[in-house]
Amino acid sequence: MKRLIAIMAAGVLAGCATEPWVKPYEREKLADPVMQLSRHGLLDKHREHVHVVREGARGATGVQGGGCGCN
Amino acid sequence: MLGRLAARAAGLIGGLFAAHPAAAVDVPPNRAEAMFHVYDGGGMSAIGPALLVRKSLADRVSASASYYVDAVSNASIDVVTTASPFKETRTEFGVGLDVAVRDSLISLSMSASREPDYDANTVSLDVSQEVFGGMTTVLFGFSRGSDEVGKKNEPSFLDTARHWQYRVGVTQVLSPRWLASVNLEAVSDDGYLGSPYRAARVFGAFVPERMPRTRSSRAVKLRSITAVGEQASVRAEYRYFWDTWDIKAHTFELGGSRYFRGTTWLADAFVRGYSQGAALFYSDNASSETTYLTRNRQLSAFSSFGIGAPVTYAVASLPARYAVTASGAYECQRFDLRQFTDLRNGQPYAHNAHVLQIQVSASF
Repeated sequence: MKRLIAIMAAGVLAGCATEPWVKPYEREKLADPVMQLSRHGLLDKHREHVHVVREGARGATGVQGGGCGCN
Repeated sequence: MLGRLAARAAGLIGGLFAAHPAAAVDVPPNRAEAMFHVYDGGGMSAIGPALLVRKSLADRVSASASYYVDAVSNASIDVVTTASPFKETRTEFGVGLDVAVRDSLISLSMSASREPDYDANTVSLDVSQEVFGGMTTVLFGFSRGSDEVGKKNEPSFLDTARHWQYRVGVTQVLSPRWLASVNLEAVSDDGYLGSPYRAARVFGAFVPERMPRTRSSRAVKLRSITAVGEQASVRAEYRYFWDTWDIKAHTFELGGSRYFRGTTWLADAFVRGYSQGAALFYSDNASSETTYLTRNRQLSAFSSFGIGAPVTYAVASLPARYAVTASGAYECQRFDLRQFTDLRNGQPYAHNAHVLQIQVSASF
């Protein structure tokens, strides 16, 4: 069992050491406004408010953040 | 054995950091936004301005302040059938501070919302961290809300509600032209969770609604956005929601964005579908007495569909100095409330709604 855990931990950590397969210089398109999941700050916040006051569901909208990983 | 494992793990962790030196993140850019918004539907309108200003205070620190107004005129279906139309104004103030520390962005924000009979205060802390050489962004966040609920013309009525929100999210770069994210959020509420004005119906007679004082919900949302050619992108989103009141909801959204005339115009279009089941204690007209009972149509089984089109025009810009844009967005929504009877005609209630937003933004 200990050996299995050790192999799994090593596997996970080795995965962490994987080279990024999209290099920083290849991320120009990802930083383009057309690729932003949320680019209208106030508009998105208002739209979220319109939904949350009329629907039973709430949360996990990503409006408050989440980042784009393209910095 | 354990010693060897620890040494191997330490070596791998060391290798990870050596392979990917921290690429420091930036605080959000300086920005000013002014918006005017209109919602009109189902006998209710809400209009008002909103402002947001964000300015860096130092190299790694940025502060923001926001102001939002909802001037509400309410003659909605519950109001015209069980009460009298009214007007009121909700005002919300917010401040925030973002601090970039190496490859983390720490955001602290506070907001205060004021209505004649409802005050809400919220504090939030969010931390986003880039890992795997900037390929992945991980977000952790927490909000704590505290509300005071009153009732017009009844000063003796005063109650409170508290809210806890815990969220995590991961955004992953999948290719030079493809991003995907998953967000999870858990929300817990405790206190007065209904409306002191809303009536429920039992055997055709109106009685005050009786709401549970606790609720816990979970939501998970998946998003994906992909570039199409050099000028466009398409995105897809899905959210599943469930809670301890037995509401289950699905939200779908599909959208696309495209530049026109170089990058002068950026047009978007989207469709959004929403469907939810009813809360356990929702009834249009109850035929038995139960501990909890509501006729809040927000907790009934219903579906809605929306179609919208935001457009952004690049007014002026000087690269690396400033950029000014003007945006307009229109969305038409259709609500079909199959479990909520319009008491004026005995038919299931349905209505359309229109959302209009106009915004001017400047980044500098």
